[in-house]
Amino acid sequence: MSEFLNMGGYAFYVWSAFGFSTLVMTILLIQPLLQHAQAWREAEALHDHDGERR
Amino acid sequence: MHSLFTLMQRDLRLAWRRRGESYQNLLFFAMVVVLFPIAMGGSEAKLAQIAPGVLWIAALLAALMSMPVLFKDDLEDGTIEQWILSRHSLIGFVWARLLAHWLLTAVPLLLMAPFFALALHLPQASLETLLLSLLLGTPALIFIGGIGSALTSGLQKNSLLLPLLMLPFYLPILIFGASAVQVAAEGWSAAGQLYLLAALLVLSLVLAPFAIAAALRLGATQ
Amino acid sequence: MTEKRTMHPLLKWFYRLGAPAWFYPFAGKLLPWLGGLFLLLLVPGLYLGLWHAPADYQQGDSFRIMYVHVPAAWLSMFVYFAMAVSAVIALVWRVRMAEIMIISSAPIGAGFALIALVSGALWGKPMWGAWWVWDARLTSELILLFIYLGIIALYNAIDERRSAGRAMSLLTLVGVVNLPIIHYSVVWWNTLHQGATVSKFDTPSIHIDMLIPLLLMAAAFKVFYGWAMLLKMRAHLLEQDLHCGWVKERIFNAQKMPRKNSTGRVANQGHKHE
Repeated sequence: MSEFLNMGGYAFYVWSAFGFSTLVMTILLIQPLLQHAQAWREAEALHDHDGERR
Repeated sequence: MHSLFTLMQRDLRLAWRRRGESYQNLLFFAMVVVLFPIAMGGSEAKLAQIAPGVLWIAALLAALMSMPVLFKDDLEDGTIEQWILSRHSLIGFVWARLLAHWLLTAVPLLLMAPFFALALHLPQASLETLLLSLLLGTPALIFIGGIGSALTSGLQKNSLLLPLLMLPFYLPILIFGASAVQVAAEGWSAAGQLYLLAALLVLSLVLAPFAIAAALRLGATQ
Repeated sequence: MTEKRTMHPLLKWFYRLGAPAWFYPFAGKLLPWLGGLFLLLLVPGLYLGLWHAPADYQQGDSFRIMYVHVPAAWLSMFVYFAMAVSAVIALVWRVRMAEIMIISSAPIGAGFALIALVSGALWGKPMWGAWWVWDARLTSELILLFIYLGIIALYNAIDERRSAGRAMSLLTLVGVVNLPIIHYSVVWWNTLHQGATVSKFDTPSIHIDMLIPLLLMAAAFKVFYGWAMLLKMRAHLLEQDLHCGWVKERIFNAQKMPRKNSTGRVANQGHKHE
């Protein structure tokens, strides 16, 4: 296992590349979700006057 | 065709009345060129080496700086809208405007370029190639830049957007233009680069006006 | 009327895709499948690529960076191609959904161009001894990133969404004409200035054990694009259509479930808004 993590001495380069890719791809998924949630809250506030009063 | 010449005449006459603005472009080119010896020292050998790149970058930036105003006034005062509604082609309008703009901004630059080349110790043998490459390259810069100008003319703010959009598209012209001068300075034939520049020029003269006209239509109807 | 009855199924599909009320829930149903398919391709791709494939005899284990670098570079170009096709649809038929597809794709294209650049630098350091070399492919990739960012900047600079969408579509098309020219001039510039150095990223004959994970990863990235794009499109649609009827309907439907409201209340609500 430690041999695998070591990547023949290239551990830093290999894992940085995979780590950075994971980071960017996570952002590409999370950002739309947050944007969607924000828009959903705005839509709810806009169309739910009735609900608030009760 | 007649209306095209009338339009160009009008553009040129208007510009003649505002001669000061035409000089500004040349002055900007001169100042960018001056920055390099200031930053890197005036050593003759070093300057001669970077001169082709410096002259081409300065010409490119000067063309870019002159672009934002190209269609702005006509878009704001409704001239372009009238033109779209009229029976004249918008492509013709674009052609006349860009050609007049080239005559006003690039021709003075072409006339002055040899002096700046000498100041940068560019080998005299490559002067001819420098002028030829600028002659082929500057219209292409203006026609391609026109696309960005037409796309951003409707915007009030954001003066930085035009260079951001257009600089990537300027790269091929910069590559072949600077390389032509570089090769000529080293004593080789720059025919290949000049042919490629000519090809880029033809492409941009033919295709860019369509994109510009489409962008102006967007801007006028928005 | 007769036209509608005899409408070609493909054309009908096309029109449906253009209607947010239909597209939004459809994309929502598609999302878990795409996410699952992505993982289904990614996990074996990673396992085979990082663990199973033998180390390269020249590059050692550093060649494994290829499994993100190459698929990311491929995808960054694929995304632009998809955007250009969409731009034609947007400009010719004035389809708003095509514009939303472009603006939803651009950040993904930019993200993968960035991944290709960063992984390229991380691969270049052990191989070339430098983080960055002015290699033709890396330089083209950088220009591609600039063009993506320009497209996003133009869209955000124009206030009115439809004008922004059409200006952006036009710029996308201008880009697709220019990209091959830029690429080949950069290649030409590179051979002129560096001589014919063999690029380390060239893999003329690749072993089958190395190729399979590469193809798996490439497929996984393509599916990821579809997944992330639909997520982003749904967010854009909701954001832009806040006041539209279909959003209102979805909000009511979502609230109806837990509270068990009667349909009468929905009708009542609709009345008040008018």
